[in-house]
Amino acid sequence: MAFPGPIPYTLAIPDKLPTPMSDAPAGLRLARQNDKDALLELSGGWVQGSKAADFASLREQLQPGTHTRLLIDGTALGPWDSTLVAFLLQCHNHCAQEGIELTTRNLPPGAERLLALATAVAPHQQPAASRGSWLAGLSPRQLFGKAVGAVRESLAFTGEVSIALARLVTGKSNTRFQDFRHFAYQAGPDALGIISLTSVLVGMILAYLGAVQLEQFGAGVYVANLVSIGVLREMGALMTAVVMAGRTGAAYAAQLGTMQTNEEIDAITTLGVSPVEFLVIPRILALMAVMPLLTLYANLLGIVGGGVVAGGMGISPLQYISQTEHALAVNHLAVGLAKSVVFAALIAVAGCRAGINSGRSSAAVGQAATEAVVTAIVYLIVADAAINILCQQLHI
Amino acid sequence: MTVAPAPAPLISIRELTMAYGPVVIQRDLNFDIGRGDIFVIMGGSGCGKSTLLKHMLGLVAPAAGEILYSGESFTRASAQQRDAIRRRWGITYQTGGMFSAMTLAENVALPLQLYSAYSRGEIADIVAYKLALVGLAGFQDYYPAEISGGMLKRAALARAIALDPEILFFDEPSAGLDPISSRLLDDLIFELKESTGATVVIVTHELASIFAIATNSVYLDATSHTMIDCGDPAYLRDHSQQAVVREFLTRGGSLAKTAQTRSPEHE
Ligand SMILES: Nc1ncnc2c1ncn2[C@@H]1O[C@H](COP(=O)(O)OP(=O)(O)O)[C@@H](O)[C@H]1O
Ligand SMILES: [Mg+2]
Repeated sequence: MAFPGPIPYTLAIPDKLPTPMSDAPAGLRLARQNDKDALLELSGGWVQGSKAADFASLREQLQPGTHTRLLIDGTALGPWDSTLVAFLLQCHNHCAQEGIELTTRNLPPGAERLLALATAVAPHQQPAASRGSWLAGLSPRQLFGKAVGAVRESLAFTGEVSIALARLVTGKSNTRFQDFRHFAYQAGPDALGIISLTSVLVGMILAYLGAVQLEQFGAGVYVANLVSIGVLREMGALMTAVVMAGRTGAAYAAQLGTMQTNEEIDAITTLGVSPVEFLVIPRILALMAVMPLLTLYANLLGIVGGGVVAGGMGISPLQYISQTEHALAVNHLAVGLAKSVVFAALIAVAGCRAGINSGRSSAAVGQAATEAVVTAIVYLIVADAAINILCQQLHI
Repeated sequence: MTVAPAPAPLISIRELTMAYGPVVIQRDLNFDIGRGDIFVIMGGSGCGKSTLLKHMLGLVAPAAGEILYSGESFTRASAQQRDAIRRRWGITYQTGGMFSAMTLAENVALPLQLYSAYSRGEIADIVAYKLALVGLAGFQDYYPAEISGGMLKRAALARAIALDPEILFFDEPSAGLDPISSRLLDDLIFELKESTGATVVIVTHELASIFAIATNSVYLDATSHTMIDCGDPAYLRDHSQQAVVREFLTRGGSLAKTAQTRSPEHE
């Protein structure tokens, strides 16, 4: 099959496009010299904004069946930058793929050398691990698999923590006391401000809620009972835990996730130290030591907050205090403190687990912090419900 | 892209004193970097090379003195003017500085999307080309955490050259590379400079690189906290007044003088 002479193939450049550095617009012309040989003539300025590098339409013109040689001629080329070399590289790759022999003529020496550099290393073939589409992530099988994976991961992590705790008890652990002190300080005194604010407000909210109802029966003074029992058993521990989940749980996840990104966790592992012993245990223990104290503090401020509201409703401070004394019982206080210890463990484990299992990128660290807070709050609510049911059964 | 010779040097460092708080790292730095130079910042570890680079990039403010680009003060420029100047730069950082949440292709494409006139299809081609230039063809869809340290350095280089910058700043680009990759990188830097007329400011310890590509240099001394010599490193190696500099450039005198000579065509 013969072609009737050279087929002109020119990509005209629309006038409206900016051509910052070129005097003549960029152009390319594919001519067929004979059945086997093709000549590609480049002309004008091949610079950013010249919109010349439409390789896709050129590809259609170059038939691998017929053409076995392509000569690129740069005689008429003007100024050039990466645009040109990127185009040449596309030509090179296409020709290599289709078995077309590529030669060049009169290309700018710099472009020629850059092309040689760019083609010095053969392209990497094996594709990156497939990421799949986001829709695939919603399929029930994937979701179920993910859930199973998460549960297994949690169990494995809990197991590791238990082993590390056992080693701590037997004195074989690499946990450092100074880390414990540092984290205890961060979780404790540093958190007093926000805990003060939330617990006073919670006490006030409880008092308002109760006072409105109780006054209908003329039992306004029992607002003290409501506040003290509500705060001691429930709200003191829970609100402190929620604040600490957002504050300390997220911080743990971010710290450990960043350490994962910086290969610090690898460094610890290769030092022969278990990252769980070295990084996780001090954090868990610190939070478990500090949370009951914070809860105690929150309880006190909650009762004070309730007292302020009660005072505003005509209950004298003396009345409030004596009524609170009646209501106060060791079992309420103990239930609250026991809860706070459990909550602390849950928050710290959720935070550390998310951090240790974090991926190695800024986005993954962010995800780890989010996951830490979300799982911690879910754990908190579930555990709180479970403990309340237990107490109900045991009549505590 | 040839650039007409400018009357003022491209970069001038004037009476620069660099300090972190009360700790002075280097003082009284005075030197010029000309257009088309490959300028090496040399000195022992911890002498303040990265710090000097950060001052030149405007990431850290000088304790005294100033830095001028084409005769205009960069130190006293407004934030807008600085951004305009910075757009013509390509930078690699000592620890990579790649965006870990983006693939290599997205990393390289980012400056192109922000500041170039290229269409989406063209950007993909340019990205493929830049990655191929640094020997990473086919690694478009990898995340920075999924490639080796040396590859990361090269990927950072690909991002730095995405916009065909006028000035390239490299902080130890070849540290951690094998000799062959390191050599390829030198070739690449030299080629970029030759073919695009870019000026290169580079921090490096690699003597091979220094003699292969550098046209000018400054030596920062860690003990006296100032520059003790500047000039063509090949000349300094044999004729520097400072024994420390001669020693640095001959790796403690152990390196045969003839081993690494710059070929005459680069002079
Ligand atoms: N952000 C910083 N704050 C305080 N000191 C710093 C900071 N960065 C670097 N330094 C100190 O400045 C000196 C020079 O550091 P650098 O410029 O990184 O050295 P190098 O020449 O190896 O690149 C070192 O002594 C280092 O401790
Ligand atoms: Mg440095």
